[in-house]
Amino acid sequence: MPGLMSRLSLIFKSKFSKALDRAENPNETLDYSYEQQLQQLQNVKRGIADVTTAKKRLELQYTTMQQQVDKLDGQARSALQANREDLAREALTRKAAVQAQLEGIMTQGQQLEAQQQKLIEGERTLQAKVEQFRTQKEVIKAQYSAAEAQVRIGEAATGIGEQMADVGMAIERAKDKTQQMQARANAIDELTAAGSLEDYTGGGDDIDRQLQQITQGGQVDDELAKMKAELGQGSAPAEPPKQLEGDKVEGQKVEGEAT
Amino acid sequence: MIVRLLGEGQFRVDDALITRLNELDDEIAGAVEAGNEDALWAGLQALAETVRQNGSRLSDDELTPSDAVIPPEDLTLDEARELLSDDGFIPDVMPI
Repeated sequence: MPGLMSRLSLIFKSKFSKALDRAENPNETLDYSYEQQLQQLQNVKRGIADVTTAKKRLELQYTTMQQQVDKLDGQARSALQANREDLAREALTRKAAVQAQLEGIMTQGQQLEAQQQKLIEGERTLQAKVEQFRTQKEVIKAQYSAAEAQVRIGEAATGIGEQMADVGMAIERAKDKTQQMQARANAIDELTAAGSLEDYTGGGDDIDRQLQQITQGGQVDDELAKMKAELGQGSAPAEPPKQLEGDKVEGQKVEGEAT
Repeated sequence: MIVRLLGEGQFRVDDALITRLNELDDEIAGAVEAGNEDALWAGLQALAETVRQNGSRLSDDELTPSDAVIPPEDLTLDEARELLSDDGFIPDVMPI
């Protein structure tokens, strides 16, 4: 079984040698080839723009989800204040699920960022190569016989073809990645948009069960205990909590906390 | 010898390095066969690192074709299999 490197080299060579066989009249081929290259360069630019747009959309979605996390946190607090621990538990369960997904999206987003940077460099390289080809083609036209020109076109065009295939592949992979992230983000949207929390007070048992399954270990219990302490409920000492020992709870500040 | 790291660029390396690169390439093929993604990534990283450390980058305006092409370091097992079974992985672009 040949390795990946050998297989790839073979694919590249066979791809571009086919292109070479078609070259007949060197001068015409040179100009036509240059036109093709400019067009491909435009395709590359468009591809990169698509990836950038998709990424921006995801960033917006990410912000919305972050707001959703904050909102669920607030709902849990309100529920506890109203002595509705069941509802608070529900909200915190959802919050934990959304947070876990958000972390995954964040990691993917960082990978995408790196890919995007490479795409831009790849495009710049392609641009430089196409520009070089433009210069060389004039030299070739002026100085070489048809047979010699043929060889030189071949080399130069293969070099450019490689760069195009390289950037093209990178764009495809980046697009795949944005699609994966989108699918993940949509799944969270469905989870959080399943209905308002109030709907569960009656008989949302099915969704309750589903959400229970994704409870992240003891996170919910911990947070519940923390909130109770903050609000002076539960097993906390009889005295109202004056301070949280530097254990800052995200979001709101506790009322009456000295600053 | 000119080597292309896909997604990164072309490098000029000493011809003597080809034996080492082929060894690593075989290890990678083994990892794909065994379905071991971690080993695949480790192999690809070793391959790319060998080229980076021993090679010098070609300037952007050189039009030289590569003698060897190395896949991206984060290639997935699925992509690797696709690559070994057909050439659909490489986009169809024709410079001529």
